[in-house]
Amino acid sequence: MKKPRFLDTIANQLKNLGSGNHVHTDRGLLIFNNTSEVIRAETLLKREGIEVSVKGPPPSVRTGCDLAIEFPLNSGLKVAAILAHSKIEPLKMLPVSDPSLEPVSLFQTKDYGEYLMVRAANMKITISKIDEKIVNVSGGGCPDVPFLADQLVGKTLTNCPAPLSLGQTLCGYALYLAYEELIRQCRG
Amino acid sequence: MSWLIVGTVPVQGDALMDDQCHLKSGKLFVGAKELPINRGTPALIAFACAVANTMGMDPPRALLAGDIGKGDGSEKVYRHLCETLPERQEKLLVFHYLMPDVYWLHQIMLRIESLSVKPTLIADAGFMYVAKMGGVAREFDLFTPDLGETAFLADESAPHPFYTRGLFLNENMNVSELIELAYKNENAARHLLVKGHVDYVASQIGIFSKISEPCVETMEPIGGTGDSLTGIVSALIEGGMGIPEAATMAARVNRYMGLLASPTPAWSIKDFLPFVPSAIALAKKSL
Repeated sequence: MKKPRFLDTIANQLKNLGSGNHVHTDRGLLIFNNTSEVIRAETLLKREGIEVSVKGPPPSVRTGCDLAIEFPLNSGLKVAAILAHSKIEPLKMLPVSDPSLEPVSLFQTKDYGEYLMVRAANMKITISKIDEKIVNVSGGGCPDVPFLADQLVGKTLTNCPAPLSLGQTLCGYALYLAYEELIRQCRG
Repeated sequence: MSWLIVGTVPVQGDALMDDQCHLKSGKLFVGAKELPINRGTPALIAFACAVANTMGMDPPRALLAGDIGKGDGSEKVYRHLCETLPERQEKLLVFHYLMPDVYWLHQIMLRIESLSVKPTLIADAGFMYVAKMGGVAREFDLFTPDLGETAFLADESAPHPFYTRGLFLNENMNVSELIELAYKNENAARHLLVKGHVDYVASQIGIFSKISEPCVETMEPIGGTGDSLTGIVSALIEGGMGIPEAATMAARVNRYMGLLASPTPAWSIKDFLPFVPSAIALAKKSL
């Protein structure tokens, strides 16, 4: 099998991250071409047991509504191999150095009696308690939000498409977090 | 005057539309094409049209394309707007659900700068995010953020509301302080209409008004109530009201719609459309 060309690139970047100004970090950031690649990569890496989390890229490489994946540097080659197998090629790898890049992790829950709303970051999802049907999706500002809402509203938590499989942006990702939290609360 | 609403519709591959809008029997049309009014830019346009109908004004024009979050439709819209801006007649531009993209933001702002008369600029949703991200927030006349988005404007390092630091986003945060920080960091438009449990209308000078009544708790989970507010305030500005006054009135109209409708959290935003004329009448009385 032909070796994906970015495996070498990543191996070199991993080597460089361990020297010079980056000696104090043990985490790296993978920057991707678009958010849907990030979401796919996160799913794949977690499935393989790699401890990854989605973060915001540093301002110097940000182009818009971006996401990046933070990963343990000592798993770098495994990460690269998993992504290569799925033909997902990161644009570059950077050291983690900016604490402001943490995503909002605050969940808020509001009980409306027959309805329950969970908010994650800027996204809210509301279900009917009696049948766990999604009755509303609100918040957000990226263009996948109205699309995701169309796909989710009217379906139950168990038969709706996973927001992670349809979302493309940070707002879509926040909606997925709200959905997961809602499932956690409903299932205990 | 004429006005233009710029945004997207949640359909993959829907072609570019640049046409006059109208609302007839609760249905929204852009040119001959009917658009579902669930949330997002079609909801904004529907409420803008409803206010225009009530006040005897011409409805807006819309520039839209299909985008489900991949950015392809947004790019079509950006490109078309850049190509047509020098010849366009609209004096009020309302930017809404668009994929944030700093490159296209700057392309558009360059063309706006070259116009002989700068149009009034309103931004909500994705375009408000990129206006802050691209460092041109002060070029806008009105932003309509919710509370989380106001925290994002206040946090100079946040690239998106998803990353707003926790210290800016907690139950006890002081909205006035967030507004002040947003202006201090030059990340706010000339005016802000902050949507929340209490709505705030503010500028660099300070808080112009706070609107807390009527308060209908079940409005919060309903998708599109922010879109309706942006549509209403845009129409009122187009109708000639000053921005702070229009923002205050719009907040009241949106709240009276909720009071008149008495919705459950399962309502759709389009269910509020019939209440627009009565809500405007009540809001005028309360001034």
